[in-house]
Amino acid sequence: MASKIDISEYRGVWVFVEQTEGAPARVSLELLGKGRELAEKLGVVLTAFLLGESVEDTAKELIFFGADEVIVADHPLLKDYRTELYTDIISEQVMARKPEVLIVGASPIGRDLAPRLSFRLNAGCTADCTGLDIDEENRLFVSTRPAFGGNVMATIICPEHRPQMSTVRPGVMALPEKDDKREGQIIDLELQLDEDACKVKILESVKGASEGVNIQDAERIVAVGMGAGDKETFDMIKELAELLDGEVGATRFAVEAGWVSHDRQIGQTGKTVRPELYVGCGISGAVQHTAGMSASKTIIAINKDPNAEVFKIADYGIVGDVRKVVPAIISELKNQMT
Amino acid sequence: MNIIVCIKQVPDVTEVSWDPETGSLIRKGIPSIINPNDKNAIEAALQLREMNGGEVIVISMGPSQVEEALRETLGMGVDRAIQLTSREFAGSDTWATAYTLGLAVKKIGQYDLIICGKEAIDGMTAQVGPQLAEYLAIPQLTYVMHIEVKDNKVRVKQRLGDLDRLLEAPMPALITVEREAYQPRVAPMDSILEAYGKEIPVWKPEDLSGNMENLGLKGSPTKLRKVYTPKLIKGKVEMLEGGPEDVARQFIGKLKEKYII
Repeated sequence: MASKIDISEYRGVWVFVEQTEGAPARVSLELLGKGRELAEKLGVVLTAFLLGESVEDTAKELIFFGADEVIVADHPLLKDYRTELYTDIISEQVMARKPEVLIVGASPIGRDLAPRLSFRLNAGCTADCTGLDIDEENRLFVSTRPAFGGNVMATIICPEHRPQMSTVRPGVMALPEKDDKREGQIIDLELQLDEDACKVKILESVKGASEGVNIQDAERIVAVGMGAGDKETFDMIKELAELLDGEVGATRFAVEAGWVSHDRQIGQTGKTVRPELYVGCGISGAVQHTAGMSASKTIIAINKDPNAEVFKIADYGIVGDVRKVVPAIISELKNQMT
Repeated sequence: MNIIVCIKQVPDVTEVSWDPETGSLIRKGIPSIINPNDKNAIEAALQLREMNGGEVIVISMGPSQVEEALRETLGMGVDRAIQLTSREFAGSDTWATAYTLGLAVKKIGQYDLIICGKEAIDGMTAQVGPQLAEYLAIPQLTYVMHIEVKDNKVRVKQRLGDLDRLLEAPMPALITVEREAYQPRVAPMDSILEAYGKEIPVWKPEDLSGNMENLGLKGSPTKLRKVYTPKLIKGKVEMLEGGPEDVARQFIGKLKEKYII
């Protein structure tokens, strides 16, 4: 689409902050960390955009996590996420204040909001990014995302339209440290909202029946793949995870085999994790999986095939049968505990 | 009621192979399929038609081979299919795709619902649905598990992350359906045969009253700068050698060295 805007008028980095009952989403905080870095490279202010009900304390928290200013839309109607109202309020402010970059977490809400917002703003939006940077020479925002089903990586720019938008997968960026001495400005928006004007009515909203494991919070993960063989081996892997005080993660294969639920899937179509310890059992290292775990601090891989791709990203490798190695580790761990 | 379903023909990315010499992706010979999620969208539309009457129209933008995908949807029981094929459409990002599909929807004219799959397996952006809804200025209902139509309103069960919501919107509206909802039917043989006799009109830019500047690569705000195969080499891996007991001991030793246990 032809652009008729003066891009030099656009300055500043914005982060959309998602919240539930006042608690900011982890991905939004991760984006404040990355946003801080981008804002410093561009020499501009980092702005958090917060919508919700009674969120003044949350706004302060966002400054502690790196925002220079927080634009707050506080209204009972904004308690629950609503595509229309959120799009209206944010797009109006973007048009008035003209940020050059707007980043949004690629959570279910973010993936509903960002594309709608980008179309209204005549802006390009790169979905589900795993890397963000600034091309300082050309003052361009550079987004990297997996493409072609995760088989290749694509670097995407948006030269002529503003703001330059991206959504970022949860867990990809590191959580910034909180500094409760940081100071910043809070901008309260004056809103006149009318529920009758909302086309979409929320008739009901309840917490889902999911088992509620969030492997993104786990510091130790023992992951299981196709090479783990069968359900019996899987039970041993579960025991190892428990002994290490960790959680079980899985490749898509293991999820489809029915060993674990989808919320434990790591990788392209699952979650991105960066635990302190990742142990891969019978995982070959296909990019669809490693895209979601390669930032783990210590990676140990157990695989029968000495040429498995996973050994290229592992810190320690064990060539062997998971069915023999895992029980040996379990009994050694138990020995040392007693 | 009239329902428009937007589908995409995608390479079956689960079937890719790699050139062992160059390490690059072999794109040739990868089969093209209807994006799996889009079949759920078709199924939802067919079920709604069975309950409420009306017509299901499928549209798809892509190269000429998209015809095969459209014919397959006719076999599933769709009433009409429309193909958007032109060199001018090539290279569209999600913005330009939504714009082009939007022009086609406007040309079709009267509709009550647009249904899309949640996302395509190749791009996995999930952006075109919401962008199309914005272009048409109609409500969007995403991650839908169930659809019910009554009194010119649509009521859906939405799975928004860990929230289950019940939403109601006036029609027309755009819906994207979840992968777990509306398992697609298998096309019956007689209907497949019948599909071969049906005509699929091809619309080109001149058939759509849009701004040519907004189409294809030149109409796309986002530009591809570089594509590369991810290099995941982290550093040199240290192999732990020996029998199961030996490696188990070393494994635990390393965890202790790193203060993990």
